[in-house]
Amino acid sequence: MAKEIKVKDLKAQLNRYIHSENRALPITVVEEMQEKILKRAREIEGVDSDDKLKSTHLTQEQFEKIVEEVFRSFKFAQMDAGTAAGVVSAQSIGEPGTQMTLRTFHFSGVREMNVTLGLPRLIEIIDARRKPSTPTMTIALDEDYIDMKVAEDPTRTREDVANEIAQRIELTTIYSVAKSIDIDQVNLQITIVLDKVLMEDKGISIEDIKKKIEYRRSGLKCITDKDSDERIHVIYSDEKKSPTLQELQKLKDKLINISIKGLKDVPRVMIKKKTNEDGDPIYEITSEGSRFTELLRIPGVDPKRTYTNHIHEVAETLGIEAARNAIKREAQNVMEKQSLEVDERHMLLVADIMTQSGEIQQIGRHGISGRNASVLARAAFEVTVKHLLDAAAKGERDNLVGIIENVIVGQEISLGTGVVDLTISLDYRKYAQKDLLKKAA
Amino acid sequence: MSLPKAIAGIRFGLLSPDEIRKMSVQRIINPDTHDEEGMPIPQGLMDNALGTIEPGKRCATCRNKFGPCPGHFGHLELQRPIIHIGFNKTIYKILQVICRSCSRIMLKPKQIRHLARELREGKEATGTLDSVKLEEILARAKKNRDSLINPPKSKRDDENFSFGCYHCGEIQHKVRLEKPTSYYEEYETSAGNKVTDKISALDVQNRLKNIPDDDALLLGIDTNHARPEWMILDVLPVPPVAVRPSITLDSGIRSEDDLTHKLVDIIRINQRLFENRESGAPQLIVEDLWDLLQYHCTTYFDNEVSGIPPARHRSGRALRTLTQRLKGKEGRFRSNLSGKRVDFSARTVVSPDPLLSINQVGVPKKIAEILTVPERVTEWNIEEMRELVIQGPKGDPGVNYIFKGDRRVALRFVRDLSFIRDNLKPGDIIERHLRDGDIVLFNRQPSLHRMSIMAHEVKVMPYKTFRLNLSVCRPYNADFDGDEMNLHVPQSEEARAEAHTLMKVQEQISTPRYGGPIIGAIQDFITAAYFLTKKDTQVYRDVASEYLTAADIYEMPDPDREDENGVPMWSGKLLFSMLLPKGLNYEMKNKLCTCSRDREDRTCPKETCPTEGYVIIRNGRLISGIIDKSGFGAEVPNSVLHRILKEFGTDATRRFLDGITRMLVVHITRRGFSMGIDDVDVPLEGRERIAEVIREGKAEVEQLINDMKAGKLERIPGLTLNETLEGKIQDVLSSVRNNAGEVSAEFLGMDNSAVIMAKIGARGNMLNLSQMSACVGQQSVRGDRISRGYRERTLPHFERGDLTADAKGFVNASFRSGLSPVEFFMHACGGREGLVDTAVRTSNSGYMQRRLVNAMQDLSSKYDQTVRNSTGEIIQFVFGDDNIDPAKSDNGLSVNIDVIMEKVLNDKEAQ
Repeated sequence: MAKEIKVKDLKAQLNRYIHSENRALPITVVEEMQEKILKRAREIEGVDSDDKLKSTHLTQEQFEKIVEEVFRSFKFAQMDAGTAAGVVSAQSIGEPGTQMTLRTFHFSGVREMNVTLGLPRLIEIIDARRKPSTPTMTIALDEDYIDMKVAEDPTRTREDVANEIAQRIELTTIYSVAKSIDIDQVNLQITIVLDKVLMEDKGISIEDIKKKIEYRRSGLKCITDKDSDERIHVIYSDEKKSPTLQELQKLKDKLINISIKGLKDVPRVMIKKKTNEDGDPIYEITSEGSRFTELLRIPGVDPKRTYTNHIHEVAETLGIEAARNAIKREAQNVMEKQSLEVDERHMLLVADIMTQSGEIQQIGRHGISGRNASVLARAAFEVTVKHLLDAAAKGERDNLVGIIENVIVGQEISLGTGVVDLTISLDYRKYAQKDLLKKAA
Repeated sequence: MSLPKAIAGIRFGLLSPDEIRKMSVQRIINPDTHDEEGMPIPQGLMDNALGTIEPGKRCATCRNKFGPCPGHFGHLELQRPIIHIGFNKTIYKILQVICRSCSRIMLKPKQIRHLARELREGKEATGTLDSVKLEEILARAKKNRDSLINPPKSKRDDENFSFGCYHCGEIQHKVRLEKPTSYYEEYETSAGNKVTDKISALDVQNRLKNIPDDDALLLGIDTNHARPEWMILDVLPVPPVAVRPSITLDSGIRSEDDLTHKLVDIIRINQRLFENRESGAPQLIVEDLWDLLQYHCTTYFDNEVSGIPPARHRSGRALRTLTQRLKGKEGRFRSNLSGKRVDFSARTVVSPDPLLSINQVGVPKKIAEILTVPERVTEWNIEEMRELVIQGPKGDPGVNYIFKGDRRVALRFVRDLSFIRDNLKPGDIIERHLRDGDIVLFNRQPSLHRMSIMAHEVKVMPYKTFRLNLSVCRPYNADFDGDEMNLHVPQSEEARAEAHTLMKVQEQISTPRYGGPIIGAIQDFITAAYFLTKKDTQVYRDVASEYLTAADIYEMPDPDREDENGVPMWSGKLLFSMLLPKGLNYEMKNKLCTCSRDREDRTCPKETCPTEGYVIIRNGRLISGIIDKSGFGAEVPNSVLHRILKEFGTDATRRFLDGITRMLVVHITRRGFSMGIDDVDVPLEGRERIAEVIREGKAEVEQLINDMKAGKLERIPGLTLNETLEGKIQDVLSSVRNNAGEVSAEFLGMDNSAVIMAKIGARGNMLNLSQMSACVGQQSVRGDRISRGYRERTLPHFERGDLTADAKGFVNASFRSGLSPVEFFMHACGGREGLVDTAVRTSNSGYMQRRLVNAMQDLSSKYDQTVRNSTGEIIQFVFGDDNIDPAKSDNGLSVNIDVIMEKVLNDKEAQ
């Protein structure tokens, strides 16, 4: 029986292949090999930890053979120089577009928020729209923060704390906590009747509201009703002034929408209870509407695991590299939800070309296609005449380096076999013969 | 032989009046085109010097016939300058930033010098003017000039502030453009009167003329190739007749091109303008004519300018002038330059032929006789070529043309073919018919991915349709309900070689979309494979040999079964195994596996699986399990087919597919397979239970409605009460359909054709089946139950506000039992939405793909593994971060370590 490789030697053996000159493999592949080899060994020995392993159960010969095969497979799958990677990726994303369905009947059970998916969403991503039609944030909570809060006040549960954080996010206006807002025509004032239950629900006190109103609209004063603390009257602090009815009407409309708490553009949040790997309950908040930059400043939110589908907000808050990942992730999500299989590399290329310049560029006339260096390429896409005339005024020169330009003038394109610039000499026979003679000599 | 000439670049620029005159071969004066005899009138629009389009005639300029004569431009002297409508916006922008007197851009001289140098250097480096910078400059200059006209408060009181031009001190006025082409200047006189002066095209031209080169550069005009004043026309080039050919109708009436019509208008007005000016007509009349001339010139360039009525043909159709010729889908660019019509192509209806290889295409004899392949006569093939030539154009295969040097001989006019044969010399090229084995490209539109055009080997066949193997339907997305496909014959050796090595169907089995086989078995082949590989399938020697010969296998394996009399028999699995490559080892679960569904028993019984849901292949031998869609279906990764492809290559995969298709055809023909209405018939007991399920569901719905009315329904947070009810009703009703379907499934077992097809993935699914046999279920429009129609009700058959299942589109019936009129109507509502949705989606996704391809077409992987665009900018340092070609990957993985380990370790055991 051949000698088996020791567990501690495995890593060293494998690592040789990461930087080896003629047998270099990506680190991810090497790591996967190590994992899989050890897993097999664990299964054979029936232990659950690598430390307890006696052997890798692989002979040197077997190991070499595996590496050989892995390397051959890796080498085989390498992309050839000259591959039209762009077109292949574009087709791989575009072609499933025709197969997408609006499988609306798929949602059963308690219906969640409606998030745009499928083709409309894919077009939205590629268009780099300023605002997605259904912006959504998936907000992870800072577990340490919750622990801390619970420790501070043991009467509160973790859910209470999660609720409190949710309240900080959800936009609350006076309208959403008031039973009624009326114009008191006798006293020329506005009377707001508040809903105590709702207020408690949203974590707001009457003082908060009064302060907010006075802060937002200077010249106003809020008085709590003598008989009921659910009722407040809004009057002008300048007592001499007696407002007209129209003024009051206008004021009422303004008051309704004064925000007391939460993020603008986030009208609704939902708390979801989940369990993590250890089986402990964790809370996650999903929101309708997105305000990423502001959200990350809210205490209790874990910025590292929080996500928004608003790509431009990602770019603004986290930078272009994050936006690139967001584009890829969003596109991938669309495909997955439709159970269409598309290699992630295609999505990655689209994300990369969209973010190449450092800002998000649309796929289309106002983005990448509009900034093509070639006049003919731009003219062949959209707004033909404008591009031709502008090029004439600017005295532009089209160097015919792209694909479509060469198709237009009828020349070989620089893809695939067309990338080769070398041409065989017409007198090659002469030289070949000379060479042969030399060799013979 | 010399190397082909290459165009290195194309320069765009403006033509100066002098250049236009210089390149002109004829000044055009006469508005008429032809005289009574139909001869072109000299100095008219059809002057012979502009080239000829009539066969037999010679061009007066180059003396060539119409083929080689490229056509020559003439010119037209405009009596007054005319604004080129395409540059109108640019002109307006310029007038807004330059001095009305000295024409300098409203920036400090030092700044101008500095910026001009920057721009020039930028252009040298990148080849174009920096458009961002240009916009900035323009905006700054405009702000400067505006502040001279309307100084801000702070400056108005400043006594030292000069309101004049930075360069000459002239007071500036506001320039206004009145659409489409009139310019005005507005200012207040010292007396406080508001004055509006017209700036004529002549004045505009003069202003533009005075712009110095540096200033022009800041305005985005490179004076090496264009001067701003050239945007105003003094001379109009008249395009050659080849650009605007006239057609003679059968009646002998000549019909001129739209452009000619427009040019006639221009010449006419130009002539009248000239006459009126000569005779000293009043200024008003002259100006009217000038405006008219401007109108005609504008519509000559672009007949869709907003603000002016388009010029029309006598019939009322708007003329198609220069801009219209270029733009849009039917314009020159997209339909003639980006895509071109080709020779050596054919198109006809496609039909199936399971006996062809996936690499082949059946070409009708008639088409093969017309499409040709050029073949050069050499010393080595001259005998063969002679044989071909003597066959003539009617041969099988024959020859249609031969080329001797520059001369082309059409053999169909040659009486004595033997003369041609005897004179055949090396170096001649013959165009011979398509014959078996030639490489052609086959295509079906829409060409959504690269597998929409693949290379096939020709198989010449009788009848009139293209024939193809059924396994290649998927990549083309073809069916045989009347689909047509195109065929192209590559004409050069390079093209053939490339098609052969890269585009052949077998090279495209793995799709780059996800790195799995897109080509594979479909429909009846899957059914056939199910029957063939079932445990109890076994055949006698005669049938076994029939199956094997069908698959081109001529060795008989040892029998593995025998009947009760001890006569040897061959199992279906064994026969199937004959096509699997030796050395193939693979284990997988197929679609019949129930382990994942039955929660209680999670351990897989593997080869003893009662449903034969576990496929084991050892050394190319199918040990257990049924081959279904997950085994060798199209678009299923990690199947047996996929493993064959990865481990044994494309050639072995092709052989497997070709062989199995033929064997399965014989098997399914022999066994027989059909589905009829009785396959969706449920016995009375089942029907009663289904009715019960529906009744219960409806009662539940009614309960919900009553609860709501009684105020007992609890609102789900975030939804209104009505929405809550609606959601709950929908849940109930969708489970009604599912339950009804399950009841019917109980009665339809695995001996039912429809169930078999659904379970093994050949066609349809259990949902389709339950709709046919049990209950069609809830119809929906936009995800909700059907709700619109009459006020508060869908149809007058119901009460207002009725929320019950029936009133909102629940179909109780099954397709088998038949729908009631109301149900039929509701079903049509849902069906219509589906149709509309499909129509909208195709156009949207088509446009999306066009944009994607357009944005990414220039990207390619280079020798250093970077992905770059055409200008060499790096988009990715390594494609997909690992330089793996998804088409060559294993379902996205560069390396499938599990498979490799299995393979290596099993090898060891075998030893």
